[in-house]
Amino acid sequence: MNVISMVSIWIIPSIVLLILLIAVIKKLPTYELFVEGGKEGISMAVSLLPYLLGMIVSITIFRSSGAMDALIDLFQPVLHRIGIPSEIVPLSFTRPLSGTAALAITADLIKTFGPDSFIGRLASTMQGSTDTTFYIITVYFGAVGIKKMGDALKVGLIADFVGIITSIIIVSMVFSN
Amino acid sequence: MVNYIWAGLAIIGIIYAMFNGTMEEVNQALFSSAQEAVTLVLGLVSVLIFWLGLMRIAEKAGILSVLAKVFKPFITKLFPEIPKDHPAMGYILSNFIANLFGLGNAATPMGIKAMEEMKKISQSNRASRSMITFLVINTSSLTLIPTTVIAIRIQYESSAPTEIVGTTIIATLLTTIVAIIVDRIFHFRRERKIRR
Repeated sequence: MNVISMVSIWIIPSIVLLILLIAVIKKLPTYELFVEGGKEGISMAVSLLPYLLGMIVSITIFRSSGAMDALIDLFQPVLHRIGIPSEIVPLSFTRPLSGTAALAITADLIKTFGPDSFIGRLASTMQGSTDTTFYIITVYFGAVGIKKMGDALKVGLIADFVGIITSIIIVSMVFSN
Repeated sequence: MVNYIWAGLAIIGIIYAMFNGTMEEVNQALFSSAQEAVTLVLGLVSVLIFWLGLMRIAEKAGILSVLAKVFKPFITKLFPEIPKDHPAMGYILSNFIANLFGLGNAATPMGIKAMEEMKKISQSNRASRSMITFLVINTSSLTLIPTTVIAIRIQYESSAPTEIVGTTIIATLLTTIVAIIVDRIFHFRRERKIRR
């Protein structure tokens, strides 16, 4: 644990140091380059806002109306039959849609069942092993103005589903005792 | 497709609320979530400015192209459309590396830059093959150390907060491999359709 937390504390400052050192050795105008690149960040964030706002509002309407829970209830028996524990179903539906909501559900599962329970370990693994597909697609395609996204969403969601299944298999295998 | 999904989520939500007495929640959600999105982007602004500023230095210092060269054999197989020494490669790699170390904050700006560069190659508003591959790898998540989850586990007094690192890495790895394979299958299906 100590090593891991050490690494995660040191890594960013080390990257910053490395980049700046090399730039200074090469006699680059570091500060001016930083400002120049940083300015791009402002326009990027501004152009991103409507994409994200639209998507987040729509997803939140869906969730807060209870339609999301109804959908989860609908799928729960089917998913239970193929071996997906029903406690984990809400998390698996939320994970691709909303990162913050998924994190809240994971925290709640860990709190309720305990971090060292099967559900706790499974939720932890699932949270770490897939990402918020909708957010990534919205941000990346939105930022550069891609209108036709091809198979990206389909493949992304298939990957999420595979992530859930592999998490269940691996957690059951590793922590089987 | 995104248009249908977007409108569909909201339409289903509002109609569902009509019949289930949750209109008040929906009404509240409309405004609180819009606010939430602004807060999210504001939080992103600082990160974007910092990392894009730093990456500009890294790019000019030639660090990105060195990075692209080192991982070239591996990455050219994944992205056959991208010319070998194109800056897109450097950004793609920086994004992967940032993701691997759990620096989600730094990964996003580099990912956007990578997309920009890939758009310069494709010159179209349609998602190119490399863009889809790049996105799919990102959505399947590349994590070595799931820091947030470990923090939550510590908070709830796990006896071994890091015991899930191994399972997470294996799950991530398998998911990413499957994602790449599925992406390839979809790509060749598209190609066949065009040829017909």
